[in-house]
Amino acid sequence: MAEGQERKAKFSFGYHRHADQDAATPVRHPVVVVGAGPVGLAAAIDLGLRGIPVVILDDADRIGEGSRGLCYSKRCLEVLDTIGVGDPVADKGVDWKLGKVSFHDQEVYDFDLLPEPGHKMPAFVNLQQYYLEKYLVERLEDVDTVTVRWRNKVTGVTQDGDHAVVEIETPDGPYKLAADWLIAADGANSTLRRLMDIEFVGETFRDQFLIADIKMKADFPAIRRFWFEPPFHGGQSVLLHKQPDGVWRVDFQIGWDADPKEETKPENVRARLDRMMEGRDYDLEWVSVYTFQCRRNEHFVYDNVIFIGDAAHQVSPFGARGANSGVEDGHNLAWKLAMILRGEAGPSLLATYDLERIQAADTNIGHSTRSTDFLVPKSPGDKHLRDAVLNLARDFPFARQMVNSGRLHTAAHYDSPLTTPDEEPFGGAARLGDPAPDAPLTDAAGTPVWLLNALSRDFTLIHVANGEAPDVPDGVAVLTIGDGGFQDPDGLFASRYDATPGACYLMRPDQYLTARFRRFDRARLDAALARATGKA
Amino acid sequence: MAELITDARFDTPDAAFQLIVDAHRDLDAKASASLNARLVLLLANHVGDMAVLEQAVEAAKRSGR
Repeated sequence: MAEGQERKAKFSFGYHRHADQDAATPVRHPVVVVGAGPVGLAAAIDLGLRGIPVVILDDADRIGEGSRGLCYSKRCLEVLDTIGVGDPVADKGVDWKLGKVSFHDQEVYDFDLLPEPGHKMPAFVNLQQYYLEKYLVERLEDVDTVTVRWRNKVTGVTQDGDHAVVEIETPDGPYKLAADWLIAADGANSTLRRLMDIEFVGETFRDQFLIADIKMKADFPAIRRFWFEPPFHGGQSVLLHKQPDGVWRVDFQIGWDADPKEETKPENVRARLDRMMEGRDYDLEWVSVYTFQCRRNEHFVYDNVIFIGDAAHQVSPFGARGANSGVEDGHNLAWKLAMILRGEAGPSLLATYDLERIQAADTNIGHSTRSTDFLVPKSPGDKHLRDAVLNLARDFPFARQMVNSGRLHTAAHYDSPLTTPDEEPFGGAARLGDPAPDAPLTDAAGTPVWLLNALSRDFTLIHVANGEAPDVPDGVAVLTIGDGGFQDPDGLFASRYDATPGACYLMRPDQYLTARFRRFDRARLDAALARATGKA
Repeated sequence: MAELITDARFDTPDAAFQLIVDAHRDLDAKASASLNARLVLLLANHVGDMAVLEQAVEAAKRSGR
């Protein structure tokens, strides 16, 4: 997202000189992450909690104002929960599930995401990005394997056999660091991508949006509102979303020819908002202009440099696929990199980060491109068809399904060589190559526990009790459902997993379902584990 | 796979054509294009078959050469 102006600091941190800056030769670290945004921070904490020391470099010393990444999906919240920030984000965020779409002066339809009960995390919460970043930075204080070096700006990178070397500029002058693995989490305008001359290929849309955070005294329900060509914003689209602290986020489509400098002048923003707010009182908190792109690097792994988040791929904001998919990138990467660094897996496992997350990026880019095409018709015929869908949607359900004001992020599915195909049929919502569906359980003491919170940070074998004790190798935790283990009081585990006595479900360290059997069989488990760690 | 039917299907083709023409009679170019867009979407949904729709789009493009 191209910012229209410099952001003021919301939270500030200090620069501290590090002993590494005085070293004669570059000090080598297992992992260096470039970029302390939500994606880099989450990946670093994930690695840190797996016992891997991580140094994060960031060119700034502050978290900037402005809502920016706003809408966090269920899967993203589940991932954040594994690194200890799911609860603060879900608690502070505005939980929403209703949406309304209007065309001209009429409401076309409304929707309810109808989140299924029996999951810890809601479908979506809205939260200003700076809160997420703040919670992640606070979490770092408890993870002593991870440190951030503020005002450390990367200015050069070279790769040398089995490691990368970065040149860094600081207030005390330059120094170098070596890293077994360098993670580029430095955003859409990635410095590392530029330094490495990697092409960022895709589509730029000829449109701009003006975004404003406004504080309103009156309270309105948490409904996502989308207007196509409302009377108060002639000919263009407007999106309204509720945030915590009485703040609302408004996105105005302003067209390709609008001048960002003029548009972000407070008096011009207020003129637009006044027409929309019809006399309601509001304070203007933050304004910016963005253009949007849907594109990605050809690869996400270049020898010892790994790209995650917007540095690897960029989507338009409609669909909440930017930060959410970036956090998923880090979660997919962290366990693989930790196993490689511990010598438990080879580089072939890393190739599956590239494969799986490029699949996810292409899905996200596809959805995001179609949403953007719907919002920004490219020809007169395109516009006639778009408007026809909106007109028909008032009367006919089939057309409502064609209205695309953003297809909202859902967890990525992986068609992956790591997955062991089913040999026995399984029903239920759980699918191979998908993240494990959550379910409410109780532990042996009768205390409620969410299934996802009960999974280990390593591989977990969920075993449905049948009187046998599965004999598993080191590095695999067993979670028993029934008998003396966890209970499934609502039967939701049983229905979501099509569970029968003796059934086994192998979860990857990122909670993806990678193999399942009707009965425990050590040979099949070993084969599935070898596959899931890139050894088969 | 379902095939796009291009044989004549109406007992009274003149009347079918006239019905659509009448709907456009008093419309300017823009309103006409809008009506056609709605009509296409309604009929496409009625067909409800991607393979047939693809053949129809191809046939329409071909005949416009």
